[in-house]
Amino acid sequence: MTTMVTTTPSMWRNYSTWANRNRKWLFASPAMIFVGLLIAVPLGWTLYLSVTDSEGSVRAKSNLVGLSNYFEVLTDTDRFWPAVMRTFVFTGGSLAIELILGMCIALLLWRPFRGEKWVRVAILLPLVATPVAVGMMWRLIFDPNIGFANQVLSWIGIPAQPWLSGQYTALPTLMFVDIWQWTPMVVLMLLAGLTSLSDEPDEAARIDGANSWQRFWFVTLPLMRATVIVTIVLRGIDALKTFDLLYATKGKGGGSFHEVETLNIYAFGLSFDYNDYGIASTVLILFFLLIIAIMWVLTYRRKANRS
Amino acid sequence: MKRHSAIRVAAIAAATFIAAGSLTACSTAAGAGDGDGASKTLRVTLANHVWTDTIKDKLPEFEAATGLTVELSQYGEDQLSDQYNVKLNAGTDEIDVMMYRPLQEGKLFAKNGYLADLSDDVESNADWDWSDFQPGPVGSTTYDDNVVGVPIITEQEVLYYRKDLLANAGLDVPTTMVELEAAAQAIKEQNPGVAGFVARTGKSAAVTQFSSFLYSFGGDFIDDNGDSGIASPEAKEAYAFYGKLIREYGPENVSTDMSWPEAMAIFTQGQAGFYTEADSLYKNATDPETSKVSDTVGFAPMPAGPGGSVAYNVPSWALGINAESNNSAEAWKFIEWATSQDLTLEVQQDGVPGARQSVWEDPAGTSTYPADLAAAIATSTKNGVGHDRPLVIKVPEAREIVGDPIVIAITGGDSDAAADDADDAFQGLLDDE
Repeated sequence: MTTMVTTTPSMWRNYSTWANRNRKWLFASPAMIFVGLLIAVPLGWTLYLSVTDSEGSVRAKSNLVGLSNYFEVLTDTDRFWPAVMRTFVFTGGSLAIELILGMCIALLLWRPFRGEKWVRVAILLPLVATPVAVGMMWRLIFDPNIGFANQVLSWIGIPAQPWLSGQYTALPTLMFVDIWQWTPMVVLMLLAGLTSLSDEPDEAARIDGANSWQRFWFVTLPLMRATVIVTIVLRGIDALKTFDLLYATKGKGGGSFHEVETLNIYAFGLSFDYNDYGIASTVLILFFLLIIAIMWVLTYRRKANRS
Repeated sequence: MKRHSAIRVAAIAAATFIAAGSLTACSTAAGAGDGDGASKTLRVTLANHVWTDTIKDKLPEFEAATGLTVELSQYGEDQLSDQYNVKLNAGTDEIDVMMYRPLQEGKLFAKNGYLADLSDDVESNADWDWSDFQPGPVGSTTYDDNVVGVPIITEQEVLYYRKDLLANAGLDVPTTMVELEAAAQAIKEQNPGVAGFVARTGKSAAVTQFSSFLYSFGGDFIDDNGDSGIASPEAKEAYAFYGKLIREYGPENVSTDMSWPEAMAIFTQGQAGFYTEADSLYKNATDPETSKVSDTVGFAPMPAGPGGSVAYNVPSWALGINAESNNSAEAWKFIEWATSQDLTLEVQQDGVPGARQSVWEDPAGTSTYPADLAAAIATSTKNGVGHDRPLVIKVPEAREIVGDPIVIAITGGDSDAAADDADDAFQGLLDDE
């Protein structure tokens, strides 16, 4: 009894001291463990599957096959590399146009004007729509026979276009839809950057006689560099991951010629259509590494710019 | 101080909400079983289909008779497949009865052990009469001599056509492929803006409807030796013919990704003279609410090619029991009820062809069908082939391979060369299995 009375406070004091010293880790640890498990477990499982010949069911017996899946995927010029190319074309093309268009619109909205609120609401409307609903809507608009797009073309005497159904037109059409939907987000981010800029450098340039273009190119844009890079990182990763729009409009396989099959659609098809979990996991791991590499390059560049 | 109180109240409310949610979840889970693993709640997963609509209306009768509560989940075909892939892969016991496609995923599911063995159940009730089910569909729901499903819906491919366009052109209903091509050409030439022929064009989607052309030209996906048959002269002829029909007599802006909803929309909007499709979709064409041609649509058996008029006659859907289910006895009660003779007759009268021979032999079973459709189905049932896609484990992959020459033919490419390439790939897939 006596021992307990003397020992317990001492243990508690020791713990209390330790906890005080490490409180920042202690408080953060539940969240860190939770996030770690959420990322580490699925990633570890995918990594494991990528070195097995798992197919049919993940519960079925599978064998370790080393890196042969990686060799198979990396030498696949029929589906994998074209999917990589389409992923980059879709992401890069959409992102570039969204940035240019977004910057133009953000500059227009930068200074207050009458009806500014209404214009902002109208611009933001596509952003709030669900990508699947957007896909279904544009699919109807681009229908080759009854779609509104071909109807408009016929009014001005241009022959009907295959839009989403064409082997070479489907990807550019979907890039257009992506630009339509996500440019508002780029506008929002760039506008936030523009409104946080100080007016003084711009005024100084104006006094020095710089015209509008020179003030934008030599003053505003360099000051916006950090915001632009953040926008590229966030929207770029988002565009890389695009799945719902492509799936809602072209379905599994990305069309009869795999014309819009990006890495996401390819991996989904391998998993849910072919039940080829080993190869699907390999594609996903390679995709993951690709995203990490891009993020590293952009982050490195941002740091280099700062220094 | 007030702010702190508000935060405290909010925190307590949130904690109570979370705790209540957890406890409710626990109590539901505990209540799900009654000690021996069985439950009064039966979880049934079905596809969006006319069959499901009829069964849904009848569910209260089943619940009243058995005291069970049916928890129904309903999905589109692709979503249903994805659900099964995720849940059955994870070994879920949250699905008891599952509606599945025997030809598409039956082999894979049975091989993976997802489907319970129903061999004893189907023989347990003589009144229910397992021997009444057509042998073809039964063969498709049997794996390694074990019954793993009960077929509920059958499909045969038939020719949909516009009676008015044929009459205006002074043509008879085509009975051969040659006549079909000539009639499609005549209709297209005589009716600006109207296609002579329409059918599915998507690489995978078209395979099922193309199969009847393949059989009618004398070919098959797999030959008698178990090897790929898609580069045979008959198959090449079928690919070229199907592609030519759509390319030359199809809609003006034909795409290569049409499945049945798109092709059916073109036909029901009055923009095509002929359309080959499954009979189970006939209500889409004859319902005045969905079809502009409801009063002029006619039905005929598949036109005969060099190999005769050979359409597919397949079980498109079946009911199975999840092997992990804790309610297999109750699940069987549901299947027994849903596939009974009475209910099969009712469902068939609602326009869904069933798999029971007695219902087909009963005049009441076909009384609600257009007479020409019933006759076309009778022909297809008699001459039909029991599959409409390659019978392999990796069906989706196989469909993409054998469907490739279809889209090449539609777009005017060299379908013979495409068939040779596809043949190599398909043989590789067969060798792997």
